[in-house]
Amino acid sequence: MFEIRIHGRGGQGVVTAAEMLSVAAFLEGRYALAFPSFGSERTGAPVVAYCRLDDREIRLREPILEPGAVIIQDPTLLHQVDVFGGLKRDGYILINTARTFGALGLADFVKDFPPSHLLTVPATEIAMKRIGRPVPNAALLGAFAAATGIISLESVHKAIREKFPAKIAEANVLAAGDAHEHIRQQAGATENAQAD
Amino acid sequence: MLKQIEGSQAVAEAIALCRPEVICAYPISPQTHIVEGLGELVKSGELTPCEFINVESEFAAMSVAIGASAAGARAYTATASQGLLFMAEAVFNAAGLGLPIVMTVANRAIGAPINIWNDHTDAMSQRDCGWILLFAETNQEALDLHIQAFRLAEALSLPVMVCMDGFILTHAYERVDMPTQEQVDAFLPPFDPRQRLDPASPVSIGAMVGPEAFMEVRYLEHVRQMRALEMIPGWAEEFREAFGRDSGGLMRKYRTDDADTIVVALGSVLGTIKETVDALRDKGERIGVLGITCFRPWPTSAVRAALSHAKRVVVLEKSIAVGLGGIVSANVRASYGGHPDVVHTVVAGLGGRSITRESLARVFTSASHGTLAPLTFLDLDHGLVERALARERQTPHSGPVAEGLLRDVGVVAAKIS
Repeated sequence: MFEIRIHGRGGQGVVTAAEMLSVAAFLEGRYALAFPSFGSERTGAPVVAYCRLDDREIRLREPILEPGAVIIQDPTLLHQVDVFGGLKRDGYILINTARTFGALGLADFVKDFPPSHLLTVPATEIAMKRIGRPVPNAALLGAFAAATGIISLESVHKAIREKFPAKIAEANVLAAGDAHEHIRQQAGATENAQAD
Repeated sequence: MLKQIEGSQAVAEAIALCRPEVICAYPISPQTHIVEGLGELVKSGELTPCEFINVESEFAAMSVAIGASAAGARAYTATASQGLLFMAEAVFNAAGLGLPIVMTVANRAIGAPINIWNDHTDAMSQRDCGWILLFAETNQEALDLHIQAFRLAEALSLPVMVCMDGFILTHAYERVDMPTQEQVDAFLPPFDPRQRLDPASPVSIGAMVGPEAFMEVRYLEHVRQMRALEMIPGWAEEFREAFGRDSGGLMRKYRTDDADTIVVALGSVLGTIKETVDALRDKGERIGVLGITCFRPWPTSAVRAALSHAKRVVVLEKSIAVGLGGIVSANVRASYGGHPDVVHTVVAGLGGRSITRESLARVFTSASHGTLAPLTFLDLDHGLVERALARERQTPHSGPVAEGLLRDVGVVAAKIS
């Protein structure tokens, strides 16, 4: 089982992101369970959503306490919420930011994580460019697909098209594609740096 | 057809396949997505003929359902929490009148303090209202139970409440197998009402009944529920043959055959319990699970038989009879053939508190070691309780309990669960 926890703020499509991730996995023939943190979600308030993926039926319904990946839709949460709580030591961290882990003050915390599991993408900027609104969720799913390979970009695209009306879907599909490409280039740069 | 959709949407689509003729509802979290989904299906013409009636309250919702059902229409509504309490008088009326209404209850706590999260207090408050009460373990079972509920309700002329855990099921995206219209039509014949208000052949429904016959009305209600106990397993079997999966029935056993400890529970928590039980089995514990699907009528003899060889029973329930302990456990204790002291009550998940494998494993292990108290509150914050009690000892004007506890807890946004 692979478990993903998504942190963000009300209005950023956190719950929708978990739902779309589950749809993408379903389209690949897997079992998936997505659920929100069941709060009274207000715009701007911290929101958590969860997604479990497995090759067999998922019965477990406790919150995800030890995620294999965390997706952070809003870096201002780093100082407010225990977003890394329980994260596996070989887990993935994907942050919506144009800054680096060092610039975010996380260098010490992440020093033992595999470098290829530490990812940043300016998802809000991509969303503003492609969608015209600061909704980074689809872009982050594109980035997640590139970073982990757990789901394909094609399945993310299909899930986006299932969730949104055509015009909004296409803008989100482009955002997911841009973020996917961004991570691939980032990964390429990391590999080159390591090779050097 | 396999789909990855929200539980509420799955239930809305399943209800539509049952061809209800009148749907009336008043929105309340976490039921809202179900009736919104149905509203869209009626508006788009996908569900026709069907009248969707927006009402001004839950009391009106049940009253309209009563009127529609009495006029011979297949009627459906949904609610939760305070909404169920607000319609309580009409809920009893629907049962007393013998009207086969189907209602979803998206289980949620009841205030005060106000709380929108899941537990079973709402449904349990109406457990003796004369409705059949079914509890779903998964979203697949939730949608399947609704299809069975109409069949059951109309065959017995009794209303049926299908309970599904609010948020945990209603707002979860998971895989469901949505049956076809042909499958549902073959399983659920058109509504042929036992009684009908018809201007061409006038009758009166709901007359005043004095001491000369009131007991008999209630007795017949009870007899019909007892008959349901005999019919439900057969229908679940028929459902399995028609739809190819196990859903419904009175109860379901999991790894109980050689179990010394049997955990009894209702609803979606059964999944997490089964995961915990599997882990304990791997460590050599002889433990199993009894999931109760049909809470009313209470399957006394089936429960007794299922628990007959258990050395101890742990009833894990999301409800509390304040001043007594457990509600489900009181029922289990009454059906358990052995000494009632071996039936333990674990109250868990009230107001949406997470129920984790870790905590479950702790209480189950404690039960097998013989150290579990008769009544336990899972993951109760004893420190928090102690602070509130200390405040009350200090001053006779300690103020409102809930607000005092919230001040003690501080900021909750930093917590994951």
